[in-house]
Amino acid sequence: MDVLTLSRLQFAGTVMFHYLFPPLTIGLGLVMVVLEGIWLKTGDQSWKDAARFWTRIFAVNFGLGVATGLVMEFEFGTNWAAYSRFVGDVFGSALAAEGIFAFFLESGFLAVLVFGWDRVGPKMHFFSSMMVWLGSMFSAVWIVVANSWQQTPAGYHIVEKVVGDHTRYRAEITDFWAMVFNPSSVDRLTHTLIGALILGGFLVTSVSSYYLLKKRHELFARRCFTIGLVIAAIFSLLAAITGHDQAKQVSETQPAKMAAFEGHFETGPGDLYLFGSPEASTGKVRFGLAIPGMLSYLITGDSKSPITGLNEFPEDERPPVWLPFQMYHLMVGLGFGFIVLTLGTLPLLRGGRVFKMRWLLWIHVFAVFGPMVANQAGWIAAEVGRQPWIVYPGEHDGVSMRGLRTSDGLSEAVTSEQVLWSIVMFGLIYLMLFFVWIFVLNNKIQHGPDEPEPTSDPSERSFFKTAAAMSGHQRSLTEYNESESRKSEQS
Amino acid sequence: MFEHDTLSLIWFALLGFLLVGYAILDGFDFGVGILHPIAKSDRDRRIILNSIGPLWDGNEVWLVTFGGALFAAFPEAYATVFSGFYVAFMLLLFALIFRAVSIEFRSKAEHARWRTAWDYGFFGSSLLAAFLFGVAAGNVMQGMPVNEDMIIHQSVWEQLTFYPLLVGVLTVALFSMHGAIFLYLKTEGELQKLIERWIWRTFGFFLIAYIFTTMVTLVEIPRAFKNFHDNKWLWAVPALNVLAVANIPRAMFLKKPVYAFVSSCATIAAFATLFATAIFPNLVPSSLNESWHMTVYNARSSEATLRIMLLIAVIGLPFVITYSGVVYWTFRGKVHLARESY
Ligand code: HDD
Ligand code: HEM
Ligand code: HEM
Repeated sequence: MDVLTLSRLQFAGTVMFHYLFPPLTIGLGLVMVVLEGIWLKTGDQSWKDAARFWTRIFAVNFGLGVATGLVMEFEFGTNWAAYSRFVGDVFGSALAAEGIFAFFLESGFLAVLVFGWDRVGPKMHFFSSMMVWLGSMFSAVWIVVANSWQQTPAGYHIVEKVVGDHTRYRAEITDFWAMVFNPSSVDRLTHTLIGALILGGFLVTSVSSYYLLKKRHELFARRCFTIGLVIAAIFSLLAAITGHDQAKQVSETQPAKMAAFEGHFETGPGDLYLFGSPEASTGKVRFGLAIPGMLSYLITGDSKSPITGLNEFPEDERPPVWLPFQMYHLMVGLGFGFIVLTLGTLPLLRGGRVFKMRWLLWIHVFAVFGPMVANQAGWIAAEVGRQPWIVYPGEHDGVSMRGLRTSDGLSEAVTSEQVLWSIVMFGLIYLMLFFVWIFVLNNKIQHGPDEPEPTSDPSERSFFKTAAAMSGHQRSLTEYNESESRKSEQS
Repeated sequence: MFEHDTLSLIWFALLGFLLVGYAILDGFDFGVGILHPIAKSDRDRRIILNSIGPLWDGNEVWLVTFGGALFAAFPEAYATVFSGFYVAFMLLLFALIFRAVSIEFRSKAEHARWRTAWDYGFFGSSLLAAFLFGVAAGNVMQGMPVNEDMIIHQSVWEQLTFYPLLVGVLTVALFSMHGAIFLYLKTEGELQKLIERWIWRTFGFFLIAYIFTTMVTLVEIPRAFKNFHDNKWLWAVPALNVLAVANIPRAMFLKKPVYAFVSSCATIAAFATLFATAIFPNLVPSSLNESWHMTVYNARSSEATLRIMLLIAVIGLPFVITYSGVVYWTFRGKVHLARESY
């Protein structure tokens, strides 16, 4: 395989793996802030234990987010050097701002959050959890701004630079705020954050449903289930609304991408496919079911108005169609699924009816995979739909300006063997990371929150449960180690 | 306000600041990782690991920010160096990921074998990362084959020559000593006594590497002394370096470990300053042709970008220093294992 294909594979693989973690941390951040807020207000120890439990889950995801994020930052230079030269002037400042404003905030206060329970007071702890959540959202801000600039560049001009015998071009900032608030960044950022918050909500309901099914930590599970469900319901609705806005914006700024999303080959009134399989070679959608005129209606408010089709673009400027179409439809389909599931479950919270409906709880246990898939699918649609451009052509003072093709963004000095073995290395280490991640999460979930003192409701804690808790998972690692090291000292 | 040239110099200095911050902070993390196997009992190993438990992740952010700032301020240098060191940097990423995972997961299960495996992971990845940073610095110091298009075509084997390997060893020695002094501050009792012995050993190892590297540099890289030749007062930097190094055994001898730690931080800062002074105004000297050096002038961003970034840095850095201060203050004192510890 050539360097281009390999580098694309490597980037896609590492960024998708990275993107498993940030949405979890952004989403869980909100949950921690809510739980700690309630704890601070009520002073009830059981809320603290709940917050403490989710903090432990958060920390695992955070660690993996950092380790895999570092790779992304290196990869721009290692694999996409020509791209880095082209965009560095514009894009680098967003990445640097991310480091200074977001990562320091997040990693600093995370230390207090995870390791500081006995070292700082409750107010400082609550403050730290807010700062961590804020930091995780800031990091999304800057990286999404940078990505949005690639999709809809603004606030820059192209400058020629002669190096050796070659003329190179690069983008330079003319207006920082126009770069930051480029036509897609606000839409994209709100939608991305919402996707992360949905995932956080679903993760919390999933773990809680599991405890309810296993009849463990029931007080904790009921409370967390409710909080998670409310979060998931609110943000699922918002995802559809912001997604709709985003679709309008895409059809304006990147019409070729929208045409790919909907398999719209010829300019004319647009239909909305529920499913199908678009074929670029024949320009037809096979096995499709469509609502006639609905795409035009959604975008312009008039079902007859024409929508730009792929035929308007030269052949070598068209994105692939099949993958963006499927991924886009998968995301939207899942999005409506979340609305149905969460709004359907909400009324059942009354009188705790849902807690007895085992089949529904099982659905909630597995529903967490939905938003994970939707987040990935959304990015695949957005990024593959951007092809063949790595930086879209733009406009400055009414003059159109060159973009950069993905194939022109590669490193000049890197060979396909080098990329190939680095893919193998990442493949192996990420596989290991993945298993270790699952193993540790499972460990933490099996361990569960620290049980509150058995004063609140004696009927909830039978003799056997207490005994089991004392002999089993309640014994902490520290005690274990201390007894172990005592033994070894004696011997 | 500032001109393009002044801004470029300010950014050269700020990158130096970020690099020094990173080397001092993650430097002791690497040292702790390298020394981790000296403790034999699980409890001692956990104490060693947890001495950096709440800190290592924030320390790594200095590297992330350095990378972002290099990308923004000198994009040509970022692109050329990162693609030129492809294999070395992939190994570095491997080491950094592996270190994170080892720290995170070592204590998550109780099997002795599981823990031993991650102990080796933690040791090996810290050693490899420290070594690779040194190798990269050695290569840049020596000059790299930057061609007229500002591109480096060089295989990893050509980067593993004598001088870079030597600087790699020096870096390992320096960070081990720095980590040992840090650990001394964080531990008590028998473990602290053990660590004290290791401070002396690593100091000896460092001293030998230091003297040897200095001699080789004097002989092999005359370019490095040009700036010192032109500005005599720059000799203050190596002089301070020697004083800082000499103060480490003195402070340990007088039982003032905090001074020893400050001195080893100063030693690292002095090395970084020496390095920067030796290559200035180049970012990457070209070994092929003097007119192809990558300098702070031909690799930089536009004036507008450098100015915006300076504003970002001026607003952001005080915050960064404040939170780092809060975190280090919260976790001051000796290590105590608690429920959330690694
Ligand atoms: C849980 C996650 C999630 C859910 C339920 C949805 N999305 Fe989404 N979507 C994302 C997560 C996401 C994302 C991962 O955050 C993306 C990728 C790039 C981006 O900016 O956001 C995205 C991108 C994205 C784009 C492409 C933007 C671009 O290429 O510039 C559109 C048009 C939509 N979404 C529209 C929708 C609609 C109409 C939904 C209906 C319910 C929807 N999304 C649900
Ligand atoms: C290719 C693009 C990306 C790059 C270069 C990148 C870079 C990084 C880096 C270097 C880190 C580690 C920071 C640290 O050391 O603390 C990180 C973590 C993080 N990234 Fe990414 N990232 C990318 C995509 C994204 C996206 C799309 C989002 C969110 C929408 C995001 C949000 C985060 C967050 C919240 C963290 C903190 C760690 C965590 O909470 O898991 N990143 N990223
Ligand atoms: C911000 C700078 C980014 C750059 C320079 C970039 C660049 C690229 C490149 C070169 C590819 C390969 C092209 C292809 O395979 O078609 C790609 C694919 C991809 N990127 Fe981005 N990307 C960026 C940000 C992100 C972010 C923040 C995400 C979200 C996490 C993301 C998600 C993806 C995905 C899922 C693919 C796979 C597409 C595929 O399979 O082709 N990217 N990106």
